[in-house]
Amino acid sequence: MIEVQALTKIFSDKKRGAIRAVDEVSLRVAPGQIYGLLGVNGAGKTTLLRLLATLLQPTSGSARVAGFDIGREPQRVRASVGFLAASTALYGRLTARETIAYFGRLNGLDDATIRARTRRLADELEMHEFLDRRVEKISTGMKQKASIARTLVHDPAVLILDEPTLGLDVMAARAILRFVRECRGRGKTVIYSTHIMSEVEKLCDIIGIIHDGRLRAEGSWSGLRDRFGGQDMEEIFIQAVGAENLP
Amino acid sequence: MIFRHIMTVYGKELRDSLRDRRTLMSMFVVPMFLVPALTLSIGRISMSAVTRAREETPKVMLLGGGDSPAIVAALKQSPKFKIVPASDDYQQLISDKKVRAAIRLPDGFEAGLKSGAVQQVTLYYYEGELKSGFAAGNLERFFNDLRDRTVAASLAAHGLPASLVKPFTVGRENVAPPEKVGGNEFGGFVPYLIILLCFTGAIYPAIDLTAGEKERGTMETLLCSQVGRVEIVLGKFFMVLTSSLCAMVFSLMSMAATFIVTGVAMGRGAPAIAAAAKAQAARATLPTIDPLGIFGVLAMVLPAAVLFSALLLTISLFAKSAKEAQSYVTPLVFLVILPAVIGILPGIELDARLALVPLLNLSLVCREMMSGVWHWHYIALIFASTCVYAGVALALCVRMFNREEVIFRV
Repeated sequence: MIEVQALTKIFSDKKRGAIRAVDEVSLRVAPGQIYGLLGVNGAGKTTLLRLLATLLQPTSGSARVAGFDIGREPQRVRASVGFLAASTALYGRLTARETIAYFGRLNGLDDATIRARTRRLADELEMHEFLDRRVEKISTGMKQKASIARTLVHDPAVLILDEPTLGLDVMAARAILRFVRECRGRGKTVIYSTHIMSEVEKLCDIIGIIHDGRLRAEGSWSGLRDRFGGQDMEEIFIQAVGAENLP
Repeated sequence: MIFRHIMTVYGKELRDSLRDRRTLMSMFVVPMFLVPALTLSIGRISMSAVTRAREETPKVMLLGGGDSPAIVAALKQSPKFKIVPASDDYQQLISDKKVRAAIRLPDGFEAGLKSGAVQQVTLYYYEGELKSGFAAGNLERFFNDLRDRTVAASLAAHGLPASLVKPFTVGRENVAPPEKVGGNEFGGFVPYLIILLCFTGAIYPAIDLTAGEKERGTMETLLCSQVGRVEIVLGKFFMVLTSSLCAMVFSLMSMAATFIVTGVAMGRGAPAIAAAAKAQAARATLPTIDPLGIFGVLAMVLPAAVLFSALLLTISLFAKSAKEAQSYVTPLVFLVILPAVIGILPGIELDARLALVPLLNLSLVCREMMSGVWHWHYIALIFASTCVYAGVALALCVRMFNREEVIFRV
């Protein structure tokens, strides 16, 4: 479960002054749901997700992730979260197996559990072929699979995924989307940010449109279509944000 | 804070670093092989150059001397020179290394020696040129010998003893024990080297584990695990410290091995130099270093290594990229060298005020320890103050790790 209440993050910049990267955002994601966070580059998606993963401290507002407060219990939040972003890379000189084991240990798992989880994740993600190869030597798609395994090794209740298909080819992206659906099937709470409109159409139960740090619209795909009209997600997005607000 | 988490981070960083060619280069290859190879090569080349220069019979030009046939004949008979005919462009010939030196005898030199007139023989040579220097030295010895013989003959002719002009000699006798001699000679240099090696050994891993990780995107991956920032900092810090100490220990080991090998090579390769060294050793006390002093230096350098590691981590963490971190760290090398060099300078003595100046205090106390002087109150003060500085640097590093504008600085 993710519950966000009027969450705000203000950055101060010498040239631009105070920047409200996330502005009074409130949302709720239940277990077994995928919440799609849609927005252009710089809309505030990554900042919001970093706040939920406790990498950043909020300026005001609150959020509870898996029942833990992000301000007061950041370590417990991180223990319950699997965070995967385009900016979270892997160590090139470690093998995929060593990477999974490292993050398993960091998340407090014992060696026997790590071995069992590695085997299971390698089966599910079809990783056996490259499990013992150094990350620097494998393809982008394989790296992303290793990243997912790293994210899930401690079996978190909540998944925070920030543009996980960025830079991937069609086949690798499809594999990721399939895996996210499987996570929903297992009752995990998923928040998924992207700027690819078609992904949210296919994947998400609830869609939140974020622009200039504010949540402009929220609802199911059909609900948003009824509200804003339009035939596809792109048209809905433009209606919700307002064409004059787009660069 | 969970110690197991610190060790997990440290273990991963160690494994990662041992697979990194650049780290292996800075930790093992450069100190273990490159430094001794360079030292040995330079030593061998310079030794062979000196030997060749000594073995050469230098061409010497004689200017004047037409009215001093006996001295000219003695010069021509000497196996130490090859006398060449006089020429007006002797200075140019010396500069062009066609002639190594020239000697000008005054008019009526031989007659002047007999009459007791004061005369001047002028020697021309090229300062800083090895072979020219050897030729000038040989000529100087020849004429000093001639002067001594002339004086002795003159005294004998008047029935006077040779001791008349040399009634006594002055002899030196060293009372300093060998380790004090060694401490004074090397005591400043060894700590300087250790401090510098400690610092340079920490540079690459400190940059790679902070700014490098930010640049590669692995820092964010690490921060989203449940491990606390303090544990991450300490794990990385121990890795940088390991690298710093490894670089220092391996460098010292390889330097010791190089000195031994160089000594053996000198003994075999250049008998003349070896004989000269033996003769000097017989005359004076051969310098040694107090082994306890070396252990003392290593113990004192440990908090300094902690200080360096924490400081470099903090500065590198602030940078957005490894390149930016390098530009911050490079000027620091001079800040480290300066106090270490001041510690070598003669006349600078350790006192309570200097005992609180970071690095300079270390350099001074190490020099004392190497020569067997143990001022325990200063040693305690310096150790404690360096520990405090190191603790402050480490606390600063942890604080920086907790600042999101530093971690996510783009």
